[in-house]
Amino acid sequence: MSNESTRILVVDDEEIVRESLGGWLEKDGYFVAKAPEGVTALKMLEAEPWSIMIVDLKMPGIDGMQVLEQAKKRTPDLAVVMMTAYATVDTAVGAMKLGAYDYLVKPFDPEELSLMMQKIVAQQALLRENAVLRQALKQEYRFRDLVSKSPAMQAIFDLARTAARSNSTILILGESGSGKEVLARAVHQESPRAQGPFVAVSCAALTESLLESELFGHEKGAFTGAFARRKGKFESADRGTLFLDEVGDVGPKLQLDLLRVLEERRFHRLGGNTPVDVDVRIVAATNRDLRKAVEEGRFREDLFYRLNVIPISIPPLRQRREDIPLLVDSFLERLSAEMKKPLEGVSSEAMNALLAHEWPGNVRELRNVLERGAVVCTGTIIQLPDLGLPVRAEAGARAGPLTSLEEVERRHVAAVLSHTGGNVSQSARILGIDRVTLYNKMKKWGLRRDGEEAPTKVEG
Amino acid sequence: MAFIGIGWIGEGLPDRSLLGLVVKHVSKAFRAEVQELQAPGWPRHAFDERRNQHSSGEILKWLLPLTPPGGKVLGITDRDLFIPILTYVFGEAQLNGAAAVVSTARLGDELELFGPKVVRERVAKEAVHELGHCFGLRHCHTPGCVMGRSSSVRDVDEKGQGLCIDCRARLHGP
Repeated sequence: MSNESTRILVVDDEEIVRESLGGWLEKDGYFVAKAPEGVTALKMLEAEPWSIMIVDLKMPGIDGMQVLEQAKKRTPDLAVVMMTAYATVDTAVGAMKLGAYDYLVKPFDPEELSLMMQKIVAQQALLRENAVLRQALKQEYRFRDLVSKSPAMQAIFDLARTAARSNSTILILGESGSGKEVLARAVHQESPRAQGPFVAVSCAALTESLLESELFGHEKGAFTGAFARRKGKFESADRGTLFLDEVGDVGPKLQLDLLRVLEERRFHRLGGNTPVDVDVRIVAATNRDLRKAVEEGRFREDLFYRLNVIPISIPPLRQRREDIPLLVDSFLERLSAEMKKPLEGVSSEAMNALLAHEWPGNVRELRNVLERGAVVCTGTIIQLPDLGLPVRAEAGARAGPLTSLEEVERRHVAAVLSHTGGNVSQSARILGIDRVTLYNKMKKWGLRRDGEEAPTKVEG
Repeated sequence: MAFIGIGWIGEGLPDRSLLGLVVKHVSKAFRAEVQELQAPGWPRHAFDERRNQHSSGEILKWLLPLTPPGGKVLGITDRDLFIPILTYVFGEAQLNGAAAVVSTARLGDELELFGPKVVRERVAKEAVHELGHCFGLRHCHTPGCVMGRSSSVRDVDEKGQGLCIDCRARLHGP
């Protein structure tokens, strides 16, 4: 492995130290630069990327500890090695607490320096490789802005990708906040219409007459206040995609109008006589049970069949909890960029709470909870109290009749196994026990990897 | 053809067999004309009382005027060497410069076990290694190459006497 890509910054007020250490490292093939004091070092760190900084603890002006503190704030990935003339446990511990990689007592053994540099380079290479692999994995679990590794969602991504290539109407079904509009946008972006407009309209937000004008537009003088001709959403979405959200909330008259335009791809503006032809792909969505609405006579059956060409059902978040860590990563990455705040993740306690929550508001609620956490948290890791989730005891109190501690433990282990999709390592991590202990508990209670009870063995 | 001057700058008497072996390996590695220098004594001023060692940097400065015109110079000493930041070095050289120094002081580790022949080979390897730096070579990761980093005597024993194919190409062209 070549050292040329490793950039080392040597910071020491003594020229002879800078030169001898710099020269020694250069012979190892590292790119080396030197700074005689802290302020210059911090400017150099700001200006260019560095892999390692070797900095003297005692320097006039800004000392090594202050340089370390500032450097770690600006570039957390930088490996900082402190040099000190005499080893005191206090300074070493202090430096480590501030994020130093290690420290060297001057003069140091060539073998010690050599091994330390090799270890840092190998570790950084592993971190880079890990980041690349994580990115690749993320891509695998991604469909545009949607992320999921649950088999049900992967099947939805496949169906949506295939459906996107056609012109057929798609009906997305799912609870509020489950990502219906995000999926609709993804379908549009994957479709041959991607260069055309994506127009979204919420059918529940407007009264029937307003929605009618919103969808079909109107001619000048069509009604009081119609001072000029106005294009509707259907016209605006020409050669693109029209997303009709909450389509189950549309009233009877508009249901008929919608049916006509879906059949004929042609409509009249309000107050107009000239038909307008449009080339629009419809993606509709609802959180209502449309079939039931049809049975009860609240929704036109013919419109239902027009919309229900390719139905896609998004499962609620509580049915695909294995996606929560993935979604947390994805949202934190975006929030970190939007808020210009470094966010590394959530604490294991916070993750446990996120995995256990019921998520009635689905992915949208998760995003909001994380946004709150990102705003409130003081460090780079979001802690449980930052999330403002309801206290778990409340949920526990509603769980049912009083039971033994072992029964509670068995149920909890089963729930965690189910949440992780049978991933024993992840479950053990969440439960705070090692895998062997978890396997023993599973064996004892006859639990399968998916958290279900194993069928009783019949002897005979 | 490069010219390299090699001289004994130790406190004790020179080991003729050692000098002969170093001359042989250096001339082969660098395809150079190697002359033995008669050094004017040895650099006593490089001694650091506090560390009880000799500063290799000071020795390099002392060696420079002995460089053959357009060539390189290598001093071999029996004194223990240091650079300010490290506890010891086996040798030091100016990267892309003219002067190099090698010490036998620590390369004689376990002399009784390995015998003088192995120790002479260690010194010859480090001599080629340090002169390699003068010719612009950096540490090499090819297993067995004499330009491999050697922080311990074990590292020296593990590497070979010669330059690897890549280092030879860097030095003499493909």
